[in-house]
Order: sequence, then C-alpha cells, then structure tokens
Amino acid sequence: MQWETVIGLEVHAQLATRSKIFSGASTAFGADPNTQACAVDLGLPGVLPVLNEQAVAMAVQFGLAIHAEIPEVSVFDRKNYFYPDLPKGYQTSQMYHPIVGAGEVEIALEDGSSKRIRVHHAHLEEDAGKSLHEDFHGMTGIDLNRAGTPLLEIVSEPDMRSAKEAAAYLKAIHSIVTYLGISDGNMAEGSMRCDVNVSVRPAGQAEFGTRAEIKNVNSFRFVERAIEFEVERQIELLEDGGKVVQETRLFDPERDETRSMRTKEEANDYRYFPCPDLLPVVLDQAYVDHLREALPELPDEKRVRFQAELGLSAYDAGVLSATREMAEYFEEVRDVCGDAKLAANWVMGELAGALNREGLAITDSPVSARQLGELVARVMDDTINGKAAKQVFQALWNGQGQSADEVIEAKGLRQVTDTGAIEAMIDQVIADSPAQVAQYRDAEPDKRGKMIGYFVGQVMKASRGTANPQQVNALLKQKLDALC
Amino acid sequence: MHDKTLSELAAALTAGEFTSRELTEHQLARIERLDGELNSFITVTPERALADADAADTARARGEAGPLTGLPLAIKDLFCTEGVLTTAGSKMLANFVSPYDACVVEKLKAAGTVSLGKVNLDEFAMGSSNENSAFGPVKNPWDAGAVPGGSSGGSAAAVAAGLAPAAMGTDTGGSIRQPAAFCGITGLKPTYGRVSRYGIIAYASSLDQAGPMARTAEDCALLLNAIAGPDPRDSTSVARGVPDYTEELDAPLTGLKIGLPQEYFGDGLDPAVATAVREAVRVYESLGATVREVSLPHTHYAIPAYYVIAPAEASSNLSRYDGVRFGHRCKAPSDLVDLYKRSRAEGFGAEVQRRILIGTHTLSEGFFDAYYKKAQQVRRLIRQDFLDAFEEVDVLMGPASPTPAFDLGAKKDPVSMYLQDIYTIAVNLAGIPGISVPAGFAGRRPVGLQILGTHFAESRLLNVAHRFQQATDWHLRRPELAEENR
Repeated sequence: MQWETVIGLEVHAQLATRSKIFSGASTAFGADPNTQACAVDLGLPGVLPVLNEQAVAMAVQFGLAIHAEIPEVSVFDRKNYFYPDLPKGYQTSQMYHPIVGAGEVEIALEDGSSKRIRVHHAHLEEDAGKSLHEDFHGMTGIDLNRAGTPLLEIVSEPDMRSAKEAAAYLKAIHSIVTYLGISDGNMAEGSMRCDVNVSVRPAGQAEFGTRAEIKNVNSFRFVERAIEFEVERQIELLEDGGKVVQETRLFDPERDETRSMRTKEEANDYRYFPCPDLLPVVLDQAYVDHLREALPELPDEKRVRFQAELGLSAYDAGVLSATREMAEYFEEVRDVCGDAKLAANWVMGELAGALNREGLAITDSPVSARQLGELVARVMDDTINGKAAKQVFQALWNGQGQSADEVIEAKGLRQVTDTGAIEAMIDQVIADSPAQVAQYRDAEPDKRGKMIGYFVGQVMKASRGTANPQQVNALLKQKLDALC
Repeated sequence: MHDKTLSELAAALTAGEFTSRELTEHQLARIERLDGELNSFITVTPERALADADAADTARARGEAGPLTGLPLAIKDLFCTEGVLTTAGSKMLANFVSPYDACVVEKLKAAGTVSLGKVNLDEFAMGSSNENSAFGPVKNPWDAGAVPGGSSGGSAAAVAAGLAPAAMGTDTGGSIRQPAAFCGITGLKPTYGRVSRYGIIAYASSLDQAGPMARTAEDCALLLNAIAGPDPRDSTSVARGVPDYTEELDAPLTGLKIGLPQEYFGDGLDPAVATAVREAVRVYESLGATVREVSLPHTHYAIPAYYVIAPAEASSNLSRYDGVRFGHRCKAPSDLVDLYKRSRAEGFGAEVQRRILIGTHTLSEGFFDAYYKKAQQVRRLIRQDFLDAFEEVDVLMGPASPTPAFDLGAKKDPVSMYLQDIYTIAVNLAGIPGISVPAGFAGRRPVGLQILGTHFAESRLLNVAHRFQQATDWHLRRPELAEENR
C-alpha cells in the first residue's frame, strides 16, 4: 500500500528579550543555577507577573512577517499542572486568544518549487526551569534560571508531507526569527526546539491517521531523523494489522529511535482559565503599524531582490539569503567591492570552504566582510591576480595582516603589468628553455596552444605569481610565434 | 492612650504629650497582657516596633513627621513582610519568612508607621469566623464566646481590644467589612485596583483587595491616603491619581440619595440587626439625606457565583505550595507524587482543601463552561445591577452581615458559614468599594452598617461614614475586656 505522511510542527522560539516575560530577571544563558531567578520566577507567595512589552512587540513582528492576522485582543491563560521545575504550579500561556492569528510560511522544495505551509497561530508563554538529575545522589536539583524566559510557540497546520518538508519549514521559521532578531535561534542551547506531530494514512484517504507527538526535538537533522523513524514505525505497525495510539514520544538521537513517554489516557487536564493577574493585551492599530514599518527585509524578500537586482542565480540567492548572518556578510562584501557576482563567488567559494573545513559559523570568520570586500576589490582593479588573491585570503585567515593591501605589500604580491618587465622575464625564460622552444617551433601550429602553458608557468614562477596572466599569455605568443 | 483614634494620637505626638516609643511600649504591653486570651496576633515584633518608633521620634524631632509618623499598626498576616514570619494563618507557611515587603507594607513604612506585628486570620483568608486558622481561633473582644468574624478577624479584634489603634486587612468576599461589623470598628474595602496586591498572599486574585480597619472613617481615610495608588508591579492596579481622602470628610449630606436594596432586608436578617440599620438610616434622614428602596435583582446569585470563581482562582493560586521550594514539606517522601500529596494534605487545613477541590473540579474539562464561564456571566450581571442602582442613588446602605457575631463553633456546616457573606460578596464581584461602620448592638454584640458606592467613590463613602460618626457614638464604645484591664 502507498502511505502518505502528515506532519505538523509546534516550534518554541525563545525570544531575545533582555529580561523575562513576567519579571525583571535577566534571560542570559549559562549563569550559575538559580542566580537569575527573582521572587517572581521562584513563585514566592504574593508575587505578581508584569508583562514584558518587548516580548509582545517581538511576537507581533513575527506575526507580521508571516502575514498573519494580529487580533486586537489577546489573553493570557493559566495551564495548571504540578512539576518541580514549574514554580507556580501553572504555566502562563495563551490558550484561547493567542497574540498571533493564522498566517503562512513559504518553503523551498528540493526540486526548486516552493510550498506554502499554513501557521495556525502563535502564542506567548513562559518557559519552565530545568530539572538536574546528575550530581544530587538520588535527588533532583532544580535550576530556575530559565523559568519565565519568554517563548513564542508557533503552531503549524498539518501541511507537511515529508521529513524534508518539515526540516525546510523549521529552517524557514529559524530564518524568519533570526532575521527579525527576535530569537538567536540557537538550537544547541535550546533557544529553539520543536514538537513534531506525525501520522500516516493510505494515499488518497481524506481523514488523518492517529498521530504521535514527538517532544522537544532540538536540531534540524534530528527532526528529519525522528520523523523518518516514526513514519517507518507507524507504517510497519499498521501493515502488521496493529493500531497507532495517540501518545507522546521522545526522540533518542543516540539510538536513532523514538520511545513512548505517555499515552493520551494519562494526559493531564490542564484546567486552563484566564490569568486574573494579567489584563488582556489590547493592541491598537497605530502600534501594529509602527512595528510593521520597522520590519527588516525578510529572507524571501532578500532572495527575490538578490536575483532581480543583483543578477544572482536562484541557487546563489537562496544560499546567500538563508540566514541573516550570511546575507549581512555577503551584502557588506558586495558593498565594499561593488560587484555582486564576484562577492557571491568568494563568499560561497573560498570563504564557505574555509569555514566548513574548520567547522566555524560565519559570525566567527577570522576574515571580516570588510577585509574580504577589499580583497575582491583588489582583484577587480587588477592589483593582484586570482592566484595571489588566494594567498592573500589565506594570510588574512591566519591573521597575518589587518587588510588585503597590507598583505599584498608585505608579500610583494602586487601584480606586474609593466610590459617591459614581463618581456624581460619572457626573454629570460625563452633563453633558458632552448629544448622547449625547439619543440614548440617543430609542432603543428594547432598544437602550439597547449604547449604555451609550460612557458606561462615558468614566467609566473619567475614573477612569484605576480605577473598578469593575460599579459604573459599574449606577449609569450607574440614572442614565440616570432621565433617560428 | 489606647482608646484614641489615629488622628488623636498624631495630634498628641505632635503636641509632645508622649513619644512614639512610649505609645508603642504601651501597645506592646497591652498585647502582652491581653492577647493570650484574644489570640489576635500570630507574631509580635517588639524589637522592630521599638526601632521603628525611635526612628519616627527622630524624624519628628527633625520636623519630618507626616500624618502617620510614629503610629502603631497591626498587619494581617497575609501581607509579606521582609525578614518577618508571614504565615497566611496556615501550617503550610508556618516557617515562611518573606524575603520582601508587600507594596502596602512598603508604603506604610515609608509613611513612618510602626508595625507591632502580624495578626491572625482564617487560613489563606478563607473563612468568615477566624476559626480556620492554623494558629487557633481569635475571640471577639466584646464577648469571648463569639467569633470576631473573618477572615481579617485578628485585625478587627486587635483594634477593638485596643491592642493597636488600626490594622491592615484584606477583603475578598467581606473579610474586612464583616469582622469590622462583628467587632464594632470601621473597615473599608476599596475599589478593586485602588490598592496594590503586590506581596499580598493571593486567595482569589480578581477579588482580593487590601484596606484599612480602624476606629473611625477619618482614620481609614488617613490610612487609605498612604496605601492607595497604582503600582507597576501589579498589572491590575489602576493608573488613577490618589485624592486626599480626608478632604471631603466634612462635606454636608444634604440631598444625599440613599438606596436601600430590598434584597438586603429579606429572610434570614436578624431583627436586631434590621432595627439597628433602620435606625442608622433615620440618622441620615435627619442629616438631610433622602432614602428610597432599590433592587439588585441578581443578589441571590452572588454566593454561588463567588463560590465558583474564588475557589477556581484559589485552586491555581495555591498550587505553588508544593513542598518543593518553601513552606511545609512532609517527612521522608517516597517519591515526587508522595511529596506533593502529603505536603499539601498536611499543610492545608480542611476549608482550604475544600476550596481547592471545588476549584479544581469547576475548572476541569467538561465542567468549565457550566461553572466558571456561567459564573463570569453572572458576575457581569451583578456588576450591572450596581451600576444601574448608582444611576438612581449616590450610595447603598444595608447590614454588613445578616446576624451579629455568632458563637465560636456554632457554624459547623460550611454552607451556613458561606451564607454569612450574603451582603458583602456581591461587592467584590462588582469591584466596587464598601465600608462598614458601627451602628448599634444586638445584646452585647456590635452591629455594622454597610455603605456602598460606585467604583472609586471612596471619598464619598468616607464622607458619608464620617458624618454618621459625627452624629452618633457607636464607634466610641469600647468592650469591657479592654475597659477592665486598662
């Protein structure tokens, strides 16, 4: 039987506010346990939440970026359950009236086409703390630094049909939130994570199959792997005459499998009700318009502009607009050198290769965008040739010099374009290579083109790579042909 | 000294008749001598009180005294007080020392008042008799066999017995007004949002409001001046300026339109209470007011609506008491669920557990619409009743409670206890202010007249109450207990 996979994602993006969603404590990552938890985060008797306006603005910006409807009124609800890292015994979230309504995100598919994934809604909520199970000798430690960190939960419609589509959607969300600067999107630190709802159904069937929810998947790769495993498990189960049960599962990346956490029968009744400590959030049109005007250029817009205005290929435009950091780097290189295509070649070629080799992010590149832009400019104005440019790049990468010009001077890599000087070197090479000159002379004229390479190499070597290759070629041809 | 009002004490301090230290020592000595019997205090803080008094005397000597500088107060043990035990009347918090001050406490400190200590209450402010305290019941200073009312029973008893000239209370369904009535003092519940709830241990967040309890309306005005106003830490506090609440106290009542809700004079109203209230209304007529009957048609839905909304909020508000971070933790829990179950079963008293169970039930899947949503709809109707009435009249008057203080142990059935709050509860649901003033006696036990106004009409209520106290002497009566031991 042919099976169709149906996937929906709930993405939790930690918002990059300085303080928590309902308290003034810092949200910085990595501090000592419980040093960034104030009375409100600890849920002490008598404390009250105060909504962080920045979190509201960020959520609205996200809504605007996915062309979502922004309701005038949204309401915080309490989701009640007991857990040691949930200090108040409830999580403040938005159940019935979320801050962002229905919207959509476009994803690029491998065959070059694109697909729209609908977003059901996005809501604000507070994160819980962390339970620490190591080092406490049979007890559990609680770290409440993360408690109260603002989260935007982005809930998609079940519109994805493969693990690849799910990963592409997650990447698109990642790219939107990082472009907006509302989340650092750092999946390794848990700033972005997702719950994946997966079901399968016979191809052509209208109703959805029973779904399983895979909780807390925290990398693009794991999302794909978890879905692939889960789909296979469900199909196998169904083909063996079994039934999929609605349940929560956990992905174990070490074993590359999902495992059951709890079934629906054990599910909590969260007893949602409007939080009486917080007023409904009322957004006036002027506020929303103001945020709309302040929106930065988004990945899709950038991709289109890179193609239309800069003349880049669809592929190049896609790669260079994929992340905000990449796009910013590329645009600075281009601004400094003035040529989009050369800038694109260098960023996607030499730079990307070096970053890959060393496993570095573009933000950690030892060669700054300005340095690379100046380097490309020197190629464009013929100060150096392509070969020397690679040497300059390597030197900058290794920290040998502050700028391309400095390296060019220090290493004497300035391109020689003085015809007299090049002719002198050519004459010397011809004089030193009587055998090769004889061969050249004796060869059929249509074979001579290949043989000239030897002489070019010798001249370039003599110039330590600095001679202009085009000039060397042209002059050599003249001189050798004169000997024939 | 202990019979004086706050304004009289302030005048005496200004005149140099005695110092704040002498006054504070006197009050502490009275607490020491009389409170063993009354049980109005949970925690007395003599060192802090005397240090506060000395600081106040110093400030006064420098000419920096305000209207409340050096005046001693008792604080309901529901307000968080930095470095001092804050129990909420519960075993759950019997060991809880708050690391911070409630907004009200901060403001009272800034006003130069002296805190004598923390007074008794029904556990987590749930009750109408003060019998639900883990620290034992409080006795009514007028009659040791009677309850002082609740939940602010310790506050009311301490003021009535002259242990403190005034106290802070909180009112979620009548918890300031009913004990004020039972103990023959004056108690004001301000408009919801008028006083910050920050640092008040939450019972039902959409209903809780702090207010002053004192001998006179004038004293309540002085205290409200100090504690009212918006607070950035409480999103439900209202951004609205604070007038000087003493300014209109003496305004004449000529032409005042008083409404008597017919629903407040029906079955179950004690005849002696009815007589006292009708007598008080006649006093107002003699002061130039006109009286008419009005109707609040949804009154009889107030108690059921309250007992859905308040327990629902409470069930969530009290989830934080889980034995994990502070408060009572059971001994040797076998696992996490055992820790939760036993810590909460041991830490909470019967009434608190009952309300948590009610609230958990009404919020649960399948019941939410029938209970919580319906109750919220009823709440809007009740509020509208009041708004309609205030189109017709300036204030509403009636009894604060259907009976005078009842006997300790008399109300074993929770529902009969809940019915005690029939005249006070709708006020919290509507968010309007109310004040209870002494208006006579039923035998030895005081009767309270409740006066209600529209939202933010505190100045008017205080004015109406003050003029009554200029014309009567019920608020000047003192219980024998305190007389005998002078």
